[in-house]
Amino acid sequence: MRTQQTPAIQVRDLRKSYKDLHVLRGVDFEVARGGVFALLGSNGAGKTTAVRILSTLLKPDAGVVRVNGFDVTTQAADVRESISLTGQFAAVDEILTGRENLMLVARLRHLANPAQVADDLLRRFSLTDAAGRRAATYSGGMRRRLDIAMSLIGDPPIIFLDEPTTGLDPQARLEVWRTVKDLTAQGTTVLLTTQYLDEAEHLADRIAILHQGRIIVDGTLADLKRLLPPAKVEYVEKQPTLEEIFLTLTGTNT
Amino acid sequence: MTRHFLGDTAVLLGRSLRHVTRSVDTVITTAIMPVAMMLMFVYVFGGAINTGTDSYVNYLLPGILLITIASGIAYTAFRLFTDLKSGVFERFQSMPTARSAVLWAHVLTSLVANLISLAIVMLVALAMGFRSSAPVTAWLSVVGILILFTLALTWIAVIPGLSAKTVEGASAFSYPLIFLPFLSSAFVPTATMPGPLRLFAEHQPVTSIVNAIRALFTEQPVGTDIWIALAWCVGILVVAYLFAMNTYRRRIA
Repeated sequence: MRTQQTPAIQVRDLRKSYKDLHVLRGVDFEVARGGVFALLGSNGAGKTTAVRILSTLLKPDAGVVRVNGFDVTTQAADVRESISLTGQFAAVDEILTGRENLMLVARLRHLANPAQVADDLLRRFSLTDAAGRRAATYSGGMRRRLDIAMSLIGDPPIIFLDEPTTGLDPQARLEVWRTVKDLTAQGTTVLLTTQYLDEAEHLADRIAILHQGRIIVDGTLADLKRLLPPAKVEYVEKQPTLEEIFLTLTGTNT
Repeated sequence: MTRHFLGDTAVLLGRSLRHVTRSVDTVITTAIMPVAMMLMFVYVFGGAINTGTDSYVNYLLPGILLITIASGIAYTAFRLFTDLKSGVFERFQSMPTARSAVLWAHVLTSLVANLISLAIVMLVALAMGFRSSAPVTAWLSVVGILILFTLALTWIAVIPGLSAKTVEGASAFSYPLIFLPFLSSAFVPTATMPGPLRLFAEHQPVTSIVNAIRALFTEQPVGTDIWIALAWCVGILVVAYLFAMNTYRRRIA
């Protein structure tokens, strides 16, 4: 049962360059099993490159990368059995219906009962009504839900969510957040990349900041807060945020 | 991984065939252009072209069939490009699925879609008076050559499908392929062409393939043409396959 003891993800001295552009210059981090690990960084910090290496889509130039105890270069097939990737853009087949998309992934993961798997996920993600419609007709939030539902097929222990809420409206963003929380409640390990700091604050158990190709801090939110001088008490008039106003007016804040 | 190769390819083939049946327009537009050319050449230019045969549609059909394939494979490149752009390709590659199954599914889909387009063109040709009393074996040989030619051009199409930056780039490569039959024996006998052009026309792949198919349809001896035709098809197939696989490996490295 080494998979239970080893960390979900181990990355040591990971390096990746594109010609003269050194994207990752010695990245080290470790993700324990369960919970949400957020990889923060501005655009171009190398988050997506790191996720692509972790999900075996890209070969590292140097370093040791193990996912679920398996090496990404020498045991890529075992890594792929252990993970699911939800990329930056909802990777759904637009010409197929929602249900067909789910069944397709279930078949490709060689599951016994694709139709059952699809129907269960459609229900869980409130997509049953749209099940027979082509994914091209879905709204951004629905596409993202379908995308994440496709990633859950086969119950992989580790899920990569690469900027899952980029380009989503506030309601859809809250939906994704709820989904991520549900996932961790079942013991799945989630590696989340995001450029929204409030998203990491909201969801992550641990946060690492990737900056100029290296991890500059890694810890819990409390750890990170300790890096700055202690909080001062200030009296500020509490103004509603625009997000609160928007959600109240549109009546979808649940 | 390999133990799932056939099953995964079948699942993905079912998926891309669904793409074809849900956009029947791609099959029809593939057939429309060669059909229009056939109508124009037979009824507009045909009367003025002396091929030494009594039926121009009989003479012209082999070339039209090759043009159909050349225009059909543009959609193969397009479908592959769309999969890459939408992230669906990467999703499959990050799953415990036989990796090259995605590529093979596209190749087989191309074959099926092109055979449907060829059947449509064939039906129109029959309506226009194309006749052949060739035996079944000759027909099967024609189908075999067309399948080989489709596979060869499909693997060529895979290269821009995997490497193009824009949709236009993914399908533009097919224009020279569509044009190639005009510089061959497909529409007029090469004997009427001026020196250098004639030299090119007589030694480019389309001429030998067209001549071989024409000979099979008219029950003439196929001579060395059929071997030259097969050598071209297999040669292009192998070279295109190697280049396509190389492009593929760099793409998913």
